[in-house]
Amino acid sequence: MRFNALKILTEGLTGNKGWGPHWRDPDPKPAYDIVIIGGGGHGLATAFYLAQQHGLTNVAVLEKGYLGGGNMGRNTTIVRANYYLPGNSEFYSHSLKLWERMESDLNYNVMHSQRGLINLFHSDGQRDAAVRRGNAMINQGDDAILLGRDELRKMLPYLDHDTGRFPIHGGLYHPRGGTARHDAVAWGFARGASDRGIDLIQNCEVTGIDVEGGRVTGVQTSRGQIRARKVAIVTAGRSGQVAAMAGLRLPIESHILQAFVTEGLKPVIDNVVTFGMGHFYISQSDKGGLVFGGDLDFYPSYAQRGNLPTVEHVMEAGMTLMPMLSRAKVLRSWGGIMDMTPDGSPIIDKAPIDGLYLDCGWCYGGFKAVPGSGFALAHLLATDRPHDSATGFRLDRFTTGRGLMDEEGTGAQHNLH
Amino acid sequence: MRLTCPHCGTRDLREFTYGGAALERPTGDWGPAWDAYVHLRENPAGASFEWWQHDVCATWLKVDRDTRTHVISQVTEARA
Ligand SMILES: Cc1cc2nc3c(=O)[nH]c(=O)nc-3n(C[C@H](O)[C@H](O)[C@H](O)COP(=O)(O)OP(=O)(O)OC[C@H]3O[C@@H](n4cnc5c(N)ncnc54)[C@H](O)[C@@H]3O)c2cc1C
Ligand SMILES: [Zn+2]
Repeated sequence: MRFNALKILTEGLTGNKGWGPHWRDPDPKPAYDIVIIGGGGHGLATAFYLAQQHGLTNVAVLEKGYLGGGNMGRNTTIVRANYYLPGNSEFYSHSLKLWERMESDLNYNVMHSQRGLINLFHSDGQRDAAVRRGNAMINQGDDAILLGRDELRKMLPYLDHDTGRFPIHGGLYHPRGGTARHDAVAWGFARGASDRGIDLIQNCEVTGIDVEGGRVTGVQTSRGQIRARKVAIVTAGRSGQVAAMAGLRLPIESHILQAFVTEGLKPVIDNVVTFGMGHFYISQSDKGGLVFGGDLDFYPSYAQRGNLPTVEHVMEAGMTLMPMLSRAKVLRSWGGIMDMTPDGSPIIDKAPIDGLYLDCGWCYGGFKAVPGSGFALAHLLATDRPHDSATGFRLDRFTTGRGLMDEEGTGAQHNLH
Repeated sequence: MRLTCPHCGTRDLREFTYGGAALERPTGDWGPAWDAYVHLRENPAGASFEWWQHDVCATWLKVDRDTRTHVISQVTEARA
């Protein structure tokens, strides 16, 4: 289904009865060349790029619920390319470039808004770290501007710049950072994949992975057996459990991350602001809601809801930074299951079973990675070689210790990234 | 979530720190067993055995907790 101005106008005048579904709703075929498990952002983007970049369309995406109903519909939609370490740097840089052409690639309005992202710093040491990160971003070909105290005060006058504990010394400004409409990204990739002939199969839970003689032959699902030459596990927080169906244990622990939104307000926060010292970040949605969050709850969980100490912590940090927030009413809070790795960086690699592929470990940063990950996994599935932007995301880096990408230097503990 | 410390009684989650999955610590030099211990996880959706520390009395605890519901069925002292 397509949109145009005339159609929107006529539909608006005639009760919006003429809109059809965005994608086909096929029954699963008995066999495909490639089966993608998981219809979140990464699974759908992989499907789209398999068709668009490689002409492969004998492909199915199997989703146990509805498309985009997992973390894809639960994140705070921040898109950025401000990584420091080789491996991550080039990947997120490539992903941001794909974001910048996504709307024309998909012919779909994903409301990508490069409103700029600012990471605050509060000491000389943190300023040095921000300079270093900014230089790494510039070396990667991306954009970074160091803002001093006065420039920042002009740009974000609503912050409490002189808090006793964390006075604000400045910020690292990433103008191409921003937000997008998460659901629209899922829908746009889904429509693009479906139009090109890929089957998106909802309400189809994978319950087993068939392996014969060390090779994948297909999957068992709630809608019957489906044979496949290649199977990709793209199930975010559920990666460990799906991999276990093939007898694998992954370097992943699933943790809960919460987020919050207030009632709709007039425009007040123009950018994305992150307050690392307080574990708090915020932006304003196009509908006017202040969307904000903080850190993990720090214990493993599949509950999709967290506990009150984290809620309290996030609210306190927010009000420390922006006292005006105390007037806003929080409408909703929710949680999502994060696939945390021991170094905080993802995995896009072949599994130790022929024909089985992994795309997981996105921790709490996988929304911005959606196009980059889909592009790289599609390349790996089509050619059996990693894409240039994703050569660092190897599964064996934990075993060998080579090429670990621990951006924050917190060590091998899954919940500390 | 509230945990019951064997010394201090039932206390709020704020007083506790999660310390990782309660796995058997291997002996000997670095090898596959150590790799698995440091990196790989069962990551269960359901009963999960975990280390937690009660920050107030510094006791390490072994906790049996359901990761789907956050219900805690047992807390014992880690060294016991
Ligand atoms: C509160 C919160 C805030 C976040 N904020 C940001 C942010 O600001 N910026 C950012 O970059 N990232 C953010 N993230 C992270 C980002 O949302 C995730 O990393 C990313 O969405 C994960 O990839 P996905 O979209 O493919 O996952 P999902 O949407 O979770 O997709 C996985 C899919 O697999 C399906 N599945 C699981 N098991 C099976 C099975 N057995 N059979 C079939 N299907 C199965 C699930 O139903 C699900 O639909 C945030 C996450 C949360 C929870
Ligand atoms: Zn105690």
